[in-house]
Amino acid sequence: MSSCPICGPKLSVCCTVVSIWGIIMLALLGVFFQIHSPALFEDIPVDEIEWKRLNYSMEYVHEKYEQTALNCFIAAGIYILFFFFSCCQQRMHARASYELS
Amino acid sequence: MGSMFRSEEMTLCQLFLQSEASYACVSELGELGLVQFRDLNPDVNAFQRKFVNEVRRCDEMERKLRFLEKEIKKDGIPMLDTGDNPDAPAPREMIDLEATFEKLENEMKEVNANSEALKRNFLELTELKHILRKTQTFFDEAELHHSQALHDPSLTEENLGLLGEEAQRTGQALRLGFVAGVILRERIPAFERMLWRVCRGNVFLRQAEIDNPLEDPVTGDQVDKSVFIIFFQGEQLKSRVKKICEGFRATLYPCPETPAERREMAIGVMTRIEDLNTVLSQTQDHRHRVLVAAARNIKVWFIKVRKIKAIYHTLNMFNLDVTQKCLIAECWCPVGDLDRIQQALRRGTERSGSSVPSILNRMMTKQVPPTYNRTNKFTQAFQNIVDAYGVASYREVNPALYTIISFPFLFAVMFGDTGHGIIMFLFALGLVLKEKQIQAKKIDNEIFEIFFSGRYVILLMGAFSLYTGLLYNDFYSKSVNIFGSSWYPVDPQTNQTYTLKTLNGSENLVLDVRTSYVIGPYPFGLDPVWSMSKNKITVTNSIKMKLSVILGVTQMFFGVALSLVNNRYFNKAINIYCEFIPQVIFLFCMFGYLIILIFVKWTTFTYKDTGNAPNLLIGLINMVLFAYSDTAQPSVRPFYSGQKGLQIFLVLLALACVPWMWFTKPFLLRHWHRYGQFKHQQLSVQSGDLVNHAQEVNHGDGGTMAAGELTDSEEEFNFEEVFVHQSIHTIEYCLGCISHTASYLRLWALSLAHAQLSEVLWKMVLHIGLAMDHGILGAFVTVPLFAFWAVLTVVVLVVMEGLSAFLHALRLHWVEFQSKFYSGEGYKFQPFSFENMMEYAIED
Repeated sequence: MSSCPICGPKLSVCCTVVSIWGIIMLALLGVFFQIHSPALFEDIPVDEIEWKRLNYSMEYVHEKYEQTALNCFIAAGIYILFFFFSCCQQRMHARASYELS
Repeated sequence: MGSMFRSEEMTLCQLFLQSEASYACVSELGELGLVQFRDLNPDVNAFQRKFVNEVRRCDEMERKLRFLEKEIKKDGIPMLDTGDNPDAPAPREMIDLEATFEKLENEMKEVNANSEALKRNFLELTELKHILRKTQTFFDEAELHHSQALHDPSLTEENLGLLGEEAQRTGQALRLGFVAGVILRERIPAFERMLWRVCRGNVFLRQAEIDNPLEDPVTGDQVDKSVFIIFFQGEQLKSRVKKICEGFRATLYPCPETPAERREMAIGVMTRIEDLNTVLSQTQDHRHRVLVAAARNIKVWFIKVRKIKAIYHTLNMFNLDVTQKCLIAECWCPVGDLDRIQQALRRGTERSGSSVPSILNRMMTKQVPPTYNRTNKFTQAFQNIVDAYGVASYREVNPALYTIISFPFLFAVMFGDTGHGIIMFLFALGLVLKEKQIQAKKIDNEIFEIFFSGRYVILLMGAFSLYTGLLYNDFYSKSVNIFGSSWYPVDPQTNQTYTLKTLNGSENLVLDVRTSYVIGPYPFGLDPVWSMSKNKITVTNSIKMKLSVILGVTQMFFGVALSLVNNRYFNKAINIYCEFIPQVIFLFCMFGYLIILIFVKWTTFTYKDTGNAPNLLIGLINMVLFAYSDTAQPSVRPFYSGQKGLQIFLVLLALACVPWMWFTKPFLLRHWHRYGQFKHQQLSVQSGDLVNHAQEVNHGDGGTMAAGELTDSEEEFNFEEVFVHQSIHTIEYCLGCISHTASYLRLWALSLAHAQLSEVLWKMVLHIGLAMDHGILGAFVTVPLFAFWAVLTVVVLVVMEGLSAFLHALRLHWVEFQSKFYSGEGYKFQPFSFENMMEYAIED
């Protein structure tokens, strides 16, 4: 029991689920940003003034797309770490409850 | 398995059981669980019945078991639940069981009494120990003050201890008395004040808190207590102080005056405490051993006792034959299971060793049999949805069959989002795949229980909303382009494709359907290009509204059609001609026609001339108002030539249906009643009953047939009542058709709300992280925002929105659909079954 200092048993299961969801969804989002999906145009940080100054160049938009895609991949990576962490917590709880019974 | 379309065919049976075999037979029937016994002695109260003694003995045994269970729970000993189901023990085993429980209970009580006495003793000794220890410090202080006062005259009056002062001033002339005791800590302030007032400040109270809480031997609670010592002067004060102590429930202990005596006493107390501790632990051990032994069997005992009790309770409902050799029972049972019941009876007879077989005799009756729908774990939840509104009348069409598909579908129309559908589907899938483990765990959480029992409903709801989400092309409010959009940006003026140059700096782009819509319809669902358009809501609203009217009117038509099936089954030809036909015509003239127009509009107007299509809603209003203008406005343009004539005809036909529904049935009934036809018809329908009528009376020798059951077949014909009833029915139907169609628009409204809400959530939460323009920082903001978004998605969009869509789907089924055919006036078949009994016992 002493080895689960942070999460309770329910919270760790919840975190595991959220992180699995996060990995899948953020990775997918990253892929979609990478292929410049127009449905996600509203979600990229395009600065109208800056864009106008650059004469509405496509390169600017593409760069922003790729930047957001990178961010998504990084966030997915963080969730992978988080997933391992919460998985460990869960294992500890499982072992603790196994030892108890 | 029987069909779900109608409830099982039931029959009333009479059972003749030999007295000695009756117990075993009823026990077998209880294991089978297919028979609902009727109480044949409703007038006899519970204390005058035959087996009241046995029932009472069972109650007593149950009480003892509950007592044991409580003790076991108190000690936190796990109760072994092997899940096996012992047969009901033979009646003679009851005495053994009783003896066992009696022994156990007495032992338990003795142990408890002993341990309580020991604990009280222990408490007293502990308190005494504390008193000796604390008072020692008081006395020591007094000594100290005394000597200080003697040696240090510079001390002011106020700083002097009372004792020291007294001793100094009066010397040995006045002897100070004192009492010491223990009191609950929270009573101290009141106690002190009372002492001060009653004794006019002439007593001196010292108190000290006992550090560890002490255990109250009666309740077992941990209580905080304080030691006090009161010094006073004279006998009168002593008696007053003692009375006050008594009043405050303080325990007084004798405390020797000299230090040597005190020390001696303390040593004595310590050794006694030691001894008591060993005795106490031995008592605890003994108690634990007894309870562990009992815990191993207690579940099985409970089941056994409850079975015996249920059997005797059932036997109490039986009638005694004149010869006292035979018990007569009446029961409802499904016709299809008569063989199994016969077999169970045979087994019971064999087990009891009786030579005379038990007899099962089918009876005819006019009583309405109970409704028994056989369900399995999949259909159970849907049947519950229907039963929550009202149990179907006997052999009525059971809407649960259609609910299995229509309920999740209507839910999904309101909950159309693939992402949310996936969450719901996966959750239910988990419950379904792990149902055995979850059932074995016996989680005692009411909310979880609700979700678990509805797992198959949720599974279907999730799967259907996955499908509707694909149709709406909503995936967490984002569209997916699977097949490639049919729209291509073409400039309507020049008929040229937009180039980068034309796009430069233009904020809005109008895609004209005539030039930009190039490939043909999107193969499945909504074209993803709409998610980027500004008029997305207008477009989806139009589609969803039409869709909900079509779905709603179709379901209502289906409901009316089911009423035809019911009427045909119950041989009510009059209802077909006087209700069903005008109902169908009425519904068709108003809304069936509207649906046809919707399809006409969808098919005849291509994208080239969308702007010229007439408006359906205005058209419908004008149709009812007979307003036909000659202007060439496209919104009121007719769809086809001769539309005016046809529409006027339809409205008039619909209006004609109202008196048809209203007046024909009551007047026809009155006519038949007057000229005898009605009577004749009644008899011909139920002619079988007359033959069995006599039989029934023969069997009713034990006075089993209450007078009320033999109701006259010739009911008094009351024209006013029939007429009023028919009026209500007609008005309800005609207004209902209109209001229910409008009510189905909730399908559109909720789906709109759901789509908007999920879009807002995306924009307000996840968007902030994604659209953060600070390089890599955005990733670290996205992580917590995603978690927040995920939690909100589940809580608000899936659970809350899901609940509201569920309730609306429920309403659409209960009110809009079932009101067309379902009477729901039956009562549920509740078989005598040990399985059910156990469940109820657990619920208690």
